[in-house]
Amino acid sequence: MSSNVTERIAKIVRVVPRNRNTELFLLLFALAINAFEVVQVQLSTLQAVTGDFWFYWGALAGAGLLLHLVLRLRAREADPLILPIAVALNGLGIAEIYRLDIAALANHQTELFAEKQVIWSLVAMVLAGAVIMYIPSHLVLRRYVFIAGALGVGLLLAPMLPFIGKTINGASLWLSIGGLTFQPGELAKIALTIFFAGYLVQRKDSLAMTGRTVFGIQIPKARELGPILAIWVVSLLVLVVQHDLGTSLLFFGLFLVMIYTATGRAIYTVVGLGMFLTGALVASRTIDYVTKRFDAWLNPFDDGHYNAIGGSYQLVQGLFGFAHGGLLGTGLGGGVPQLVPLAESDFIVASLAEELGLAGIFVIFTLYILLVARGLRIGFNHNDDFSKLLATGLSFVIALQVFIVIGGVTRLVPLTGLTTPLLAAGGSSLVANWIIIGLLLRISDTNRKEVE
Amino acid sequence: MNRELRRISLVVAAMFLALFISATNLQVLSSDSLAKDQRNVRAIYDGYLKQRGAILVDSQPIAQSVPVADAFHFDRKYSSDMYSAITGFYSYYQGATGLESSANDYLSGKNSAQFFEQLNALFSGKPVSGASIELTIDPKVQKAAWDALGNRTGAVVAIEPSTGNILAMVSTPGYSANKLAVHSGSKSQANYNGLLASPGDPLINKAIGGSLYTPGSVFKLVVAATALESGQYTVTSELPNPPSYTLPNTSTKIRNSGGSTCGGTKTVTLLHALQFSCNIPFAELGVALGQDKIRAMAKAFGFGQSFRIPTVATASVYPDNMDDAQTALASFGQFDVRVTPLQMALITAAIANGGKEMNPQLIENVQSSNLALLSQTQPSEFGSPISKSTADGLKKMMIAAVKNGVSTNGQVSGTTVAGKTGTAQNGGNAPYTLWFTGFAPADNPKVAVVVMVANGGGLGQNGSGNIVAAPIARKVIKAVLNK
Repeated sequence: MSSNVTERIAKIVRVVPRNRNTELFLLLFALAINAFEVVQVQLSTLQAVTGDFWFYWGALAGAGLLLHLVLRLRAREADPLILPIAVALNGLGIAEIYRLDIAALANHQTELFAEKQVIWSLVAMVLAGAVIMYIPSHLVLRRYVFIAGALGVGLLLAPMLPFIGKTINGASLWLSIGGLTFQPGELAKIALTIFFAGYLVQRKDSLAMTGRTVFGIQIPKARELGPILAIWVVSLLVLVVQHDLGTSLLFFGLFLVMIYTATGRAIYTVVGLGMFLTGALVASRTIDYVTKRFDAWLNPFDDGHYNAIGGSYQLVQGLFGFAHGGLLGTGLGGGVPQLVPLAESDFIVASLAEELGLAGIFVIFTLYILLVARGLRIGFNHNDDFSKLLATGLSFVIALQVFIVIGGVTRLVPLTGLTTPLLAAGGSSLVANWIIIGLLLRISDTNRKEVE
Repeated sequence: MNRELRRISLVVAAMFLALFISATNLQVLSSDSLAKDQRNVRAIYDGYLKQRGAILVDSQPIAQSVPVADAFHFDRKYSSDMYSAITGFYSYYQGATGLESSANDYLSGKNSAQFFEQLNALFSGKPVSGASIELTIDPKVQKAAWDALGNRTGAVVAIEPSTGNILAMVSTPGYSANKLAVHSGSKSQANYNGLLASPGDPLINKAIGGSLYTPGSVFKLVVAATALESGQYTVTSELPNPPSYTLPNTSTKIRNSGGSTCGGTKTVTLLHALQFSCNIPFAELGVALGQDKIRAMAKAFGFGQSFRIPTVATASVYPDNMDDAQTALASFGQFDVRVTPLQMALITAAIANGGKEMNPQLIENVQSSNLALLSQTQPSEFGSPISKSTADGLKKMMIAAVKNGVSTNGQVSGTTVAGKTGTAQNGGNAPYTLWFTGFAPADNPKVAVVVMVANGGGLGQNGSGNIVAAPIARKVIKAVLNK
């Protein structure tokens, strides 16, 4: 009898995966914080908790728990930290955007974002769920490497097309089809990561081994440099034609890191970085729009740049927001982040910095670091090169994007038009980043099974 | 590949480290300079959207924010023009001056003493209400000084010698700070322009500076202090007393005020010279002592220092590199010697306090919006510029000046007042600057008071410190002692 019980307990313990319970616990914790954020926004701006709470919190909570269930069913051994972190960031973004909407309404503005953000979050999380449900193993993606490559480059260059390409705020990052605007670069980063991973697995030996040695440095064969040149040209096209240093830097940086991971040869990175910086420098001196952005970055407080159209007004107002936040911030709803143009999207970090202070910013950074670290860890633990490269690429692209955006807003690097992953308002960005989350979860599950 | 992955992890770590540093720089290191940028409207928004702390005198608000039903949420109200020099103004359009500016950290709730309220605000989203500041001002003394100055242009500073607490600080003409705190930009601007153009510079707090004033004979206290402190002179030391004096290396002759012979004797004692405010003996004394010693003494009293109360006072000036003729003129407070009434009050308070000079202070304590005490100001010593015996010597001479010298209008029945008048020339036909500085009761000083009346008190070159300034001081002293 007693041995029977112990057997049964052992069975239960084995059947109920530890990871998923950890995840559930963390997820509930993240959702509790999200609830707290929405309540705080309502209390400080409306002086009461209203029924809207259920929309701005409940939707995300439901979708998060649903994703958790999907993981229990289809990816039991997946990493337990990734989902709670993504939900925490997404929820924080919704709370801040909701708060900005309330300020906009008080100001008699009609353009609102929070409702759309909630709906796009649901769509994005359902897509992430679909990735986990319907892709049994990420290894199947190897079959579509070249399709992914073509798709990626196509998406990247699509905004240059006549009729559907659209220029907003001086950068041509958008597609507009039937009134719906869409930032294809966001999805391109997934397609290109898959392409780079597949391509580099095939070519890594020839890329790593060939070439002559000059002064102890292995110089790759000219033939092997072809693809690098091609990627460089595409990146510069993005910069020159679409006026977007951020996207350009994002893809080129991603490529360099992946080729380095695959070959272990720093020479590619050094040469590639040199090529990119040369190109960017030339562009910054010759293309008027990019020149302005550079100058506004270097001397944002000059009245000339501050007052110029497309000058440093937005950047400087964002910096004021950071400064106003100080160590602890004004509390959600306590500041005036609406003074910064695009406070809900490009400058959401400045909004959060104003209201949550340096303490809140450190928490946000830490969440991103944890997310990226878990992703890189998945790469570490896998034995096959494709999985390693894919996990590394997907995690690094998040890290690099965070760096470029927040670096731009804090004036560490020139300001660009990228969005902060999972926080900023924007459907394309949410969809793309949740698919990345889905893929990372999928890869981590396969990984753990192999380890066992 | 794991070696490469490890290096990439390091690159990622470096990227985030850079972001951490960048954010810390913005939010902590350079946040003050960003907050002060003229284009940053957040601070002003803040000041109007949440309740700003009150400025209190005897627990009654002289400046406070009251809720109103417009976009600004709060209105800044000032109780009386007689406090305008102390509070300054807080304007959405013209910025802030006075305590509204210098104590802004308290009034706006941004000080470290309210850390826990700020922490609470982080969670509750409820903005931190500003702290209130209670002043050391005694409203009766302030009122007496304000009324006594009347429509003359000038300033009064009254200090408690043992603590440095400022009991009254008046600058006239005053102005209504309410006119600048109005919520209409055009009205505020028009009122501001009006005040800028109005005679007597109402926006300048004459008690602590803006422009400085020629001290005239009240500066003789510093020269006498230098003489006593040098050890070469006592109160009874004889000084040369010719009827006229040719400034060294010039042909310019100077006389005593009003052409008096200062008793007509060949020599006079230091006491007699101060009691009757004789210029010639002091000119010769100053040259004999040398400008370096006098400058060192002036510096020990606080010349060259910007006192913070916490509004910043202009530093008083004793000129550098004078020749002997200039030193002679400076020895009775002419030439380029320039002072604030506050500086003269501090010198007088130091004499009253046995040689120990206390730092002047205007804020007694700071209270949170729910009346919890956040900080209490403690008296602090600025220094001991003179010894007890020098202080006693100066006091003896000042008592004589008021009792039967040239400062007799400073007398208050029932108590002994120690004081010194000054009638400073400003060159050509410019009206005199009229002074009285003194303390009472002489044996147990409760107050040191300085009165400065600019523009000759309306009498051009016909007034004197004793006629115009001393009676004002008398009323202030009475207000302190009659309590």
